Amino acid sequence: MRWGVLQFPGSCDERDALHACSLSGEARLVWHEERDLGGLDAIVVPGGFSYGDYLRAGAIARFSPAMEAVAEFAANGGPVLGICNGFQVLCEANLLPGALLRNENLRFVCRQVDLIPTDGPESGQIGRFEAHRWLSIPAKHGEGRYYAPEETLDEMEANGQIAFRYAPGQNPNGSLRDIAGVRNEAGNVLGLMPHPEHAVDPMTGSTDGLRVFESVARSLA
Amino acid sequence: MERALPALGFDGIEHVRVGRMVELEADGPEQLPELCEKLLANPLIEDFEIESIDGA
Repeated sequence: MRWGVLQFPGSCDERDALHACSLSGEARLVWHEERDLGGLDAIVVPGGFSYGDYLRAGAIARFSPAMEAVAEFAANGGPVLGICNGFQVLCEANLLPGALLRNENLRFVCRQVDLIPTDGPESGQIGRFEAHRWLSIPAKHGEGRYYAPEETLDEMEANGQIAFRYAPGQNPNGSLRDIAGVRNEAGNVLGLMPHPEHAVDPMTGSTDGLRVFESVARSLA
Repeated sequence: MERALPALGFDGIEHVRVGRMVELEADGPEQLPELCEKLLANPLIEDFEIESIDGA
């Protein structure tokens, strides 16, 4: 299993993502000007503030050579995991539906949240787990309020594209329908606001984040 | 913001809206709508208007 972790100017969680990936395979950074993803089995678009988040979070990163390569990689069925800013980039790139707006209370949030996986396990798709096993993972963002038109949300629910919801009473940002993470229709692209890469070591209080990375590895098995 | 105004003594101000304005010079204004849709605005969550001011 060979992971590639994108690195934009302004990325800040790529090292933790690299570490998390290295626990289930080999991992290397992919600089934003690289186009060649040859030999990589899965891609992580990490958190941070790509290109300073000028204009809109993720809006500029979407046009980077590396993201063009990721779009092609995803279209060919390759698994792509977008975390926080990476989720915003994937939405801007239209690899995932919807958009992420400023938190409802306009404040940056940083806290541990419980995530409920919503769709049950299914082979070949990433980020699917038994609903009774919640994941405790930190969230830290200023623009994490998931938005999509109501009819799109209905379709996504019907297609099993809502990957994670915040546990009752824990929605930190006003996301519609408590959505914390979504998948594309094919199930090979997953984006979520909370940070599984920061929850892979018992020292930080939870190793639930590992399950997210393992689900990517499992989808390739 | 609107809630903060009365506290500062500014009464009777409504419909406060904060937006973004991008100023640019273009040889071909016909390409601007596409530029807005592709980059400057995310049509899913943002509206845009184009106003042209002829240069000298």
